Amino acid sequence: MKLKIKYKEEKKTVQHSDFDAVGKNMNRVDGWEKITAAARYTDDLEFGPALLYAAAVESPYAFAKIKKIDISAALKIDGVLKVVTGKDFPHKFGLYMKDRYVFADDTVRFVGEQVAAVVAKTPEAALKGAAAVKVDYQELEPVLDPVKALDKKSPLVHENLKDYPHVPWFFPQAGTNIAHWRKTRKGDWEKGFKQADQILEDTYFVPRYAHCAIEPHSVIGLYDESGRLTMWTSSQSPFTQRNVFVGALEPFGIKHKDIRVISTYIGGGFGGKAGVSMEILGAALAVSFKGRPIKLLWNRAQEFYNTYQRQGVVTKIKMGATKEGKITALEYTLYWDAGAYVEYGANVVNAAGLSASGPYRIDNLKIDSMCIYTNLPPGGPYRGFGYSEFLFGLESHMDRMAEKLKIDPVKFRKINAISEGDTLPYGAHMNPTGIQEAISKVEKEIKWGVKEKSKDKNKEIGKSLVCFWKSPAMPPNASSSAFIKFNEDGSLNILVSGMEIGQGLLTVMAQIASEVLKVPVSKIRVETPDTDRNPYEWQTVGSHVTWGCGNAVKRAALDAREKIFDLVQRVYCIDKSDLYLESESVRCKTKPNFRLKFSDFVINGIQAEDHTFKGGPIMGVGMFMPEFASAIGDPETGQGGHPNVHYTTGAAGLVLEIDKESGKMKIKKAVLAVDCGKAINPDLVKGQIVGGMLQGFATVLYEDMRFDEKGRLINPNFSDYKIPTAKDMPEKVVPIIVETPQPDGPYGARGVGEHTMIPCAPLVANAVYDALKVRIKSMPVTKEKVALALFSK
Amino acid sequence: MKTHDIEFKLNGEKIKASVKPNRSLLDFLRNEMGIKSPKVGCDRGDCGACTVLMNGKTVRSCLVLAVEADGCEIVTTEGANKNKLTQKLQKKFHEKNAFQCGFCAPGVILSATELLTENPKAGREEIKEAISGNLCRCTGYEPIVDAIEKTAKK
Repeated sequence: MKLKIKYKEEKKTVQHSDFDAVGKNMNRVDGWEKITAAARYTDDLEFGPALLYAAAVESPYAFAKIKKIDISAALKIDGVLKVVTGKDFPHKFGLYMKDRYVFADDTVRFVGEQVAAVVAKTPEAALKGAAAVKVDYQELEPVLDPVKALDKKSPLVHENLKDYPHVPWFFPQAGTNIAHWRKTRKGDWEKGFKQADQILEDTYFVPRYAHCAIEPHSVIGLYDESGRLTMWTSSQSPFTQRNVFVGALEPFGIKHKDIRVISTYIGGGFGGKAGVSMEILGAALAVSFKGRPIKLLWNRAQEFYNTYQRQGVVTKIKMGATKEGKITALEYTLYWDAGAYVEYGANVVNAAGLSASGPYRIDNLKIDSMCIYTNLPPGGPYRGFGYSEFLFGLESHMDRMAEKLKIDPVKFRKINAISEGDTLPYGAHMNPTGIQEAISKVEKEIKWGVKEKSKDKNKEIGKSLVCFWKSPAMPPNASSSAFIKFNEDGSLNILVSGMEIGQGLLTVMAQIASEVLKVPVSKIRVETPDTDRNPYEWQTVGSHVTWGCGNAVKRAALDAREKIFDLVQRVYCIDKSDLYLESESVRCKTKPNFRLKFSDFVINGIQAEDHTFKGGPIMGVGMFMPEFASAIGDPETGQGGHPNVHYTTGAAGLVLEIDKESGKMKIKKAVLAVDCGKAINPDLVKGQIVGGMLQGFATVLYEDMRFDEKGRLINPNFSDYKIPTAKDMPEKVVPIIVETPQPDGPYGARGVGEHTMIPCAPLVANAVYDALKVRIKSMPVTKEKVALALFSK
Repeated sequence: MKTHDIEFKLNGEKIKASVKPNRSLLDFLRNEMGIKSPKVGCDRGDCGACTVLMNGKTVRSCLVLAVEADGCEIVTTEGANKNKLTQKLQKKFHEKNAFQCGFCAPGVILSATELLTENPKAGREEIKEAISGNLCRCTGYEPIVDAIEKTAKK
């Protein structure tokens, strides 16, 4: 199978040939390290014989009061050195809302929640010790359904919600299970429904999902005798972790300068290693045991039930449209099963509440996105950050409305697709978008309108096309920074704290610096961060680091270039406006023979006529913050702020073959066209599309977290929670790159990582309907559901 | 617990050790030998991140006891780095940007080495079958399969 990469052939786009490094299919700068197994991940680091091991004591109940904890038997076990409980750490922590406890306080709120932890000389002793800690519980009736949790009679998961500190754009409803309610109101939806010729109302259901990064979470903490805390974490967010650690450990007098977070390569993130989850235990245990490094590794089951999960959601949608195909109004209510703690997950709910209109121009809009506490594991960030979840219902509904209106569903989307300058749900204006181009290209690629027949008479072929959009969800002042330093031979080190989580950040940063400084990528080293040495980056989430960190690197490179030009101007008396860089040298427009190689001066300076040296080591500094962003809007309408920096848009298409008897599905062709503004490295964008789509298809075809009536996860392993193998690949994936430049992006780039899995669920549901006229409204759309629906038809 | 004396070859080097009978080969390699290419992903044979070659055959080292290595030849990616066929595979993996986070890479490389050693002309479906025990969450497998296919003899 051959992959085709298509480029936009529009005049607006700068031609590829204008660039040396940007827009090129370069090989990854971390390629050889990973292929030779030289790459080190957190659990690969060595700490010597002083290393201690920890294990967690976990709640067997979804909701219970802790009556008593008896640690005496555990302390008698050979090798056990210490048992730490909530009494030692009565502190809350959280990213957007401080509602999570280091160890459960007097209440456990999900099965698997940490109640205590045991520190021991060996992993075996730690596990034995954890099993020997006796906890008396008084079981309570758990809250397991987000809609029932809204009932006035429902128990409250958090009775003290009103006291929890949170960011100003959250609106907790005291005395209820609603931790945050994002309301977005635009236009007059009552009037909009009156103008409609057709109104369609329905409910869709999305379950919880697990990230399933192959590397489990791991942390090593060392609180040394001088009071310095060093944390080695498998993390997408070293600086955010440092800040959250400070927030939780403040009572110990530990400040930012005292904490150092070191992040190695990480074995997959997908949002699951953003923020702080189990790492808080590593920090707390280290602080409680001065002078010895302590390691905590999550096993695969813990990875499923005590990190973050993608939240489940029940979505109720009402859409009105005219017979000409114009959407006149949309009412969308999302009841999120946010889990026991929502310190991060509430922002997923917020993001969806701002953008659940999808990439459509809808003048009359009412969105209610409710973050509801339940006694299930904490929800949190997962690739797509709420957009996959609302898109399932929305894009299923788009096809169904088109059918009602007797309009072609692709035409229906083209009529309503958002354009540059359109008013967004919260009142700001839409950035440049190539969504129409993306729709047309996907339409052509899947031969939309041409009915295909399977060679097997028991099989039908269905097609679908859906649109998507997504914006980074981040605080308005989330920022990036970069240092660039030259070495003697003219090579570069780039220091950033954007994380390499597989997406290729290090390579893309090298390409951006290479473009400005004309140093080949092969002479640039970029490494994973250490918060003491690398400059600040908020987090590597939201598909925003190519844009944010890329802007910082570009500015750092420009700063270094400026320093070079200043120096050459000073020494050679050449006007710096005549200088330019080419092939690792400084050149001059007015003096064709002038060539000063970087290796001749970037460290040791330029020798002047009097034999003295001028200059010194060349370094560049760059920072970036989206200074136009603001998260503050009207709480009742969401109007007035500018919470989202930009949206990446696109369209995806599917050709799906389905067995009419078994419901078994085979993806014949999957197509995704995404407007990433500018593909800094098209091959890496292609990698995001192919990988992200398979992850997305898995959520709709078979993945599904199952909980029993007690709130216990019953499939926390890869035997019972199947993720795709090589045998589950689609027959063909066609990635299409659209490039409508983002004005404030580095070389026009905007994010692309998450977007590639967002459209997959409605693609499958709509293709199933196209083939068999059965509509599945709850994810996953498994072969069993399809077969049963056909059977009962 | 009584320990057992074992002797085996690890990446071409003779090893003598005394191990507890319940210790997994994975734990022994990582924490006793300092061999870090086999990774801990699931510890129950599902993910393939801990794959090593045992007498030329891939095994999940989390499911093999260290005592079972007695008398065997164990090769990890550290050792396979010197193998010509592995090197050819690695070159193609690099050209294709075949891995993203890289955590599954050592296991995939050994599965691919085993396949092309036994079946140098392996076709696409055989390749998918051979690496179907190595889970990768990032890439969608396509560039990995492409690279192995490019390395296989036509």
